[in-house]
Amino acid sequence: MIQSETLLRVEDVKVYFPYRNRGFLNRREATYVKAVDGISFDIKRGETLGIVGESGCGKSTLARAVIQMVPVHAGKVLWMGQDLVDLKSSEMRDKRKDLQMIFQDPLASLDPRMTLGQIIGEPLKTHFPKMPKAEIKEKVAKVMERVGLLPNMVSRYPHEFSGGQCQRIGIARALVLEPKLIICDEPVSALDVSIQAQVINLLMDLQKEMDLSLMFIAHDLSVVQHISTRVMVLYLGSVVEVADSDELYDNPLHPYTKALIAAVPHVDKKAPSDQASLMIDGDLPSPLSPPSGCAFRTRCPKAQDICAQQRPVLSEHSSGHESACHFVAR
Amino acid sequence: MSLLEVQDLSVSFKTPDGVVKAVQNVNFSLEEGKTLAIVGESGSGKSQTSFSIMGLLAENGTATGSVKFEGNEILNASDAVMNTYRSAQISMIFQDPMTSLNPYLRVSDQMAEVLVHHNGMTKSDAIKDAIKMLDAVKIPDPKRRVNMFPHEFSGGMRQRVMIAMSLLCHPRLVIADEPTTALDVTVQAQIMNLLSDLQNDFGMGIILITHDLGVVAGSCEDTLVLYGGRVMETGPTNQVFETPSHPYTQGLLRALPRLGAKTPELATIPGNPPNMMHPPKGCAFSPRCGFANAQCAEQPPVLDLFEPTRSRACHVPKEALS
Repeated sequence: MIQSETLLRVEDVKVYFPYRNRGFLNRREATYVKAVDGISFDIKRGETLGIVGESGCGKSTLARAVIQMVPVHAGKVLWMGQDLVDLKSSEMRDKRKDLQMIFQDPLASLDPRMTLGQIIGEPLKTHFPKMPKAEIKEKVAKVMERVGLLPNMVSRYPHEFSGGQCQRIGIARALVLEPKLIICDEPVSALDVSIQAQVINLLMDLQKEMDLSLMFIAHDLSVVQHISTRVMVLYLGSVVEVADSDELYDNPLHPYTKALIAAVPHVDKKAPSDQASLMIDGDLPSPLSPPSGCAFRTRCPKAQDICAQQRPVLSEHSSGHESACHFVAR
Repeated sequence: MSLLEVQDLSVSFKTPDGVVKAVQNVNFSLEEGKTLAIVGESGSGKSQTSFSIMGLLAENGTATGSVKFEGNEILNASDAVMNTYRSAQISMIFQDPMTSLNPYLRVSDQMAEVLVHHNGMTKSDAIKDAIKMLDAVKIPDPKRRVNMFPHEFSGGMRQRVMIAMSLLCHPRLVIADEPTTALDVTVQAQIMNLLSDLQNDFGMGIILITHDLGVVAGSCEDTLVLYGGRVMETGPTNQVFETPSHPYTQGLLRALPRLGAKTPELATIPGNPPNMMHPPKGCAFSPRCGFANAQCAEQPPVLDLFEPTRSRACHVPKEALS
């Protein structure tokens, strides 16, 4: 497997949502919610980039920005060297053959009035309108078998399936076009533990077999660590730390990453007792009025004056391990 | 006498397509000040168990068996009787704090209502108590916050409001139904710590219903594993997790990705949970079990007390499970 080719390069992407002040005098002045505020990353062929963070940190918006489902305010989304931001919608549709997405809620993301065969076949009909019906049927059957759905299910409706099976349908729908990159937005969060493991294994097998790249978004650090080659930690629209998956767990640098790791409940008894000191208080601040300087300082146990004044930049600590904190990586 | 004694509890629902047996012959007891975890996947009957204890079953549901709270039978008690228990003696924390709080009422009104109704307090006294309780669940600036509406709180804060509300009358038993499932991990850790602090202060018994084994490991003395409406295994939490005696518990623990573990592939439990409309004839887990034999498919195993504090329902001898 050649890992060198960069499929996706995201450069300083910003997604701002306008939100109007209802004041009398400043009615015209638009203020913005900075959902994604300057994020850059690469995804290489066959690689899995894990993205973690609490709800509201911008991870889903980032996924949507990559696939051009939300307008990008500034920055570049380079797909095999071509910027997707300026593309016309017809051109973008063409690109979506290579860029597919799997959603969190498996049942809600399937049309309840379509049969399983229609759902999985629809992307083929959209992208290859001239494809003969027999060929569509054949491709659908093949991909269904690959994700573990039985051939007799083809004319059944989504409500007849369990959550795990619905997620398999979602995966089949994404795979049928043989994409190069699949963006998985919390694909296992809604599933039971025993089913979650099945879906994770399926994704990892498919990736090996088809040399797929995955962008895997989740709030569960243990799931992300298991599936990812690299992990990126987001906080309030910015990257706070990025590293290879094992490195991030073995040697977390940013206080937020440490807190996230400490907060994961352990089944084994060996959960260290000093983790309590790493726990953080409070909630994510409102993105409408983010704190000055470092966004994490309001919850950070190490925060000093400098954190309120200056926003830390993402800088490399060791090879491939970057962190945005004033007190590391110097 | 135990705080809560549940014997042979079964819950079934009449539906147009037939009778669904959601819970079958569940037994457990809880002592004062202790925490029992009921673990199971969706459809395992864990929520219906708690709803039947609280008398909150849907209209087409019937519960049989016995639920004794401090020696008094409360299963299928009339609403008038149940209302003297609900909130005052037994209270409940629900999964989704947004849908279980009334969006039209200020937090002060919702919380005061409980005290006015159960303790006959005046509203202004009740609000004073509500503020104290919001302070106990560590909501900053409770005097101002009490006058806000639920949508003005974040998810974690809303769950704190729910917890405060459930503790207002100092109940002896709190049933927490997936209290942290809708929350982020960092907030989940805060809420679980808060619950155990409050338990130390108020001494209530807690039944924690969850699908998350990690949450259980950190906070509960005893664990009961449900699958397909039946008890698979019970025992002290650390023993159940260290030496699981049932193939289902073993499978669940192996299927869990562990932080820092470098396993190439997760062990899985094949197949899907049973459709409770047509449950397997024998052991509910037998179609997915690697150890299943002919007996498992025919006859549901009975719960066997194999150690003074541990029991399991499985035909396969414990020694045969590696």
